[in-house]
Amino acid sequence: MSLEEQQSDEPAELESGVSRGDELADLLGDLVVGREEHMNAPGLVIRPDEVQDALFKLRDEAGFDHLSCVTAQEYEDRYESIYHLTKFDDRTDEVSVVVPTSKDNPVSQSAEPVFRTADWHEREAYDLVGIQYEDHPDLRRILLPETWQGHPLGLDYDQDRPQIATLREHANPLEEDHRAGDSNTMYINIGPHHPATHGVLHVETVVDGEQVVDLESDIGYLHRCEEQMCQQGTYRHQIMPYPDRWDYISAGLLNEWAYARTAEDLADIEVPEYAQIIRTMSAELCRIASHMIALGTFALDVYGDFTAIFMYAMRDREIVQNILEDLTGQRMMFNYFRLGGVVWDLPEPREEFFEKIRDFLDGLPQALEEYHDMITSNEILQARTVGTGVLPPEVAKSYGATGPVARGSGIDYDLRRDDSYGYYDELDWDVVVEDGCDNFSRLLVRMREVEESAKIIQQCVDLLEDWPEDERNIQANVPRTLKPEEDTEIYRAVEGAKGELGIYIRADGTDKPARFKIRSPCFSNLQTLPEMSEGEYIPDMIASLGSLDIVLGEVDR
Amino acid sequence: MSSEQKPFVTDDTQVQTETRDARMAGADDRFNSKLREAFGSSPFILTKFDKFMNWVRGSSMFMLQFGIACCSIEMMHTYAIKHDLDRFAAGVPRASPRQADVIIVPGTIVSKFAPRMKRVYDQMPEPKFVVGMGSCTISGGPFQEGYNVIKGAEEVIPVDIHIPGCPPRPEALIYGIAKLQERIANGESSPVTVKPYELEQFGDLERDEIVDKLAAQIDEDDLVMRYNWADSP
Repeated sequence: MSLEEQQSDEPAELESGVSRGDELADLLGDLVVGREEHMNAPGLVIRPDEVQDALFKLRDEAGFDHLSCVTAQEYEDRYESIYHLTKFDDRTDEVSVVVPTSKDNPVSQSAEPVFRTADWHEREAYDLVGIQYEDHPDLRRILLPETWQGHPLGLDYDQDRPQIATLREHANPLEEDHRAGDSNTMYINIGPHHPATHGVLHVETVVDGEQVVDLESDIGYLHRCEEQMCQQGTYRHQIMPYPDRWDYISAGLLNEWAYARTAEDLADIEVPEYAQIIRTMSAELCRIASHMIALGTFALDVYGDFTAIFMYAMRDREIVQNILEDLTGQRMMFNYFRLGGVVWDLPEPREEFFEKIRDFLDGLPQALEEYHDMITSNEILQARTVGTGVLPPEVAKSYGATGPVARGSGIDYDLRRDDSYGYYDELDWDVVVEDGCDNFSRLLVRMREVEESAKIIQQCVDLLEDWPEDERNIQANVPRTLKPEEDTEIYRAVEGAKGELGIYIRADGTDKPARFKIRSPCFSNLQTLPEMSEGEYIPDMIASLGSLDIVLGEVDR
Repeated sequence: MSSEQKPFVTDDTQVQTETRDARMAGADDRFNSKLREAFGSSPFILTKFDKFMNWVRGSSMFMLQFGIACCSIEMMHTYAIKHDLDRFAAGVPRASPRQADVIIVPGTIVSKFAPRMKRVYDQMPEPKFVVGMGSCTISGGPFQEGYNVIKGAEEVIPVDIHIPGCPPRPEALIYGIAKLQERIANGESSPVTVKPYELEQFGDLERDEIVDKLAAQIDEDDLVMRYNWADSP
């Protein structure tokens, strides 16, 4: 049985016999100039100067309110931007809006007026591939230095050319000269080396007294070419180690699952049920580890020292990491999933392994009780987080926020349930939603999700324990070399620790992907920071940043 | 203490002698450190002052709180409970480079970040030491072929200790730091040489094609780093 197969490769047929693609093409009428068929969704080809009309229609009349990802790529004869649209209410209803542009004039209309999230996605497309977006409010490079020459994911890019990166003194955008004596605002660089930015994020802030007037996140300090690396690797084995390093806060298996799911759907591989249960269990362990560090560093940001909460969170993480090490042989970079299953079975003796997990799960309620005593019921933390960093649901949707950030804003959206994969369907657990929309809610969502993950792991352990010995099938039969058919395109996502982690792959008939695009949840979530912080106090901005729980490896990729 | 001693009468010299004897051997063994051995019964040791300073430096290192990528998570684990780097007199992470002796470079360095890292390194007071953590700081690691990735921290700043691994386990990091302490105590550290990628003023660069092209965009006085990917290892 394979749950992956529930999302069929054929266009979804409605009762009347009209496919979803036809229906949407009818809705858009003359705007559609062609049709494509992607494995996950129908593709509608739109002229580059009518993008906004088409997207407005799809958003307002067909209800596609979630721009999950924007993929840009270069073909031999054209450039192409693909807008992967879906719905927060119904994740399986997807459509790809394909916008081809000519080689000599790669100008396409921006989708930014329709979906705010397109801002950064299009900047990235411009930066890496070289498509220009008309009407874009601020089309600059986003990941690479401003002085970079060429667009590295374009076809004719020469990687050996020298480059120059500047270390410029950053200027206050609100003033001519920020050293002037009579000004009221002050320009502050937070990062890229700063303890509160969780890595190498650079936040350019302009403050008036203690209030943030203007804020811009400058990313790209950890842009280590993940997409290029994946495009250079073969499907079967060479890509799998990289997902571990996107969201490196021990969410490795969740990321690996994103690639495994996409590639398995692409190559039509069925995963044995037993392997799915192992995947589900280990992925949820990763989620706990990841949320623990989110908790610890959030407390670190708000209280400001390496104190008890951070150490307690690390203590619980160590236990999870030990379990995962027993299973995978690695503390962080697991490389445990394979296409069609997992690499090896549970460690022997199995009873000992299960007991270790059970011990951890038994101790968890008490540990969480401790956290609640120290964190959520603490007046100082409440004063700092309740009502600060407010992110209304409409804004969150427009920015494509997902994961705990969306669920903390009352958006009931979780891919594990809405677009189910693995073994989640068969298990009994709940999606955690809080509607406070503030930093506190996001913290609470993570803490309660740990409980839900524990429930899932518990059930998986019970299932695995009783699994008949001769049916422990950990891997499907997968050919040594995978060569998906030419021009098959697929976009699939899973629920990572930070939100919707999607991957777009276009196959070109070889054993390596022609285009490998990563939709990182943190990239979209981080975009909401100005919405949450402008007009607020600086410390609240730090708390908001902590509550977003970004990881720069995934933001920059 | 002798039980026959009368109460309320204290012989100062005797107490001192007894305490010293107790520390030297037997009863109170924890005082039998190397230092105590060196002292013997005399309160003096003979050493060179710079040797003493080296020993002090190695025994009290302030690390820079500096997270880049994956390795920084293992670095946090090394600072936190269970591994607790503080046991080895090298624990306290300082947020400001001006208060730090050692910078652990925990992750991949990309073109945009290298000038910033160089700036942070330059801000640290002398003497300063660098620990390169993980494969990325050795050669670029799994991302070596990336268009944006610097092929090792050594291209930008001098590195004293390389710790291989992706990421290295906390035990490995502790071992690396212990090795660094050993080196420092012996008065060794990497010579500061001119690195392939240096921060310099844009106006000082050789006028080639790319410099001409960027001349309109970059101020002459701006600090820049020029990368030559073709010549990188």
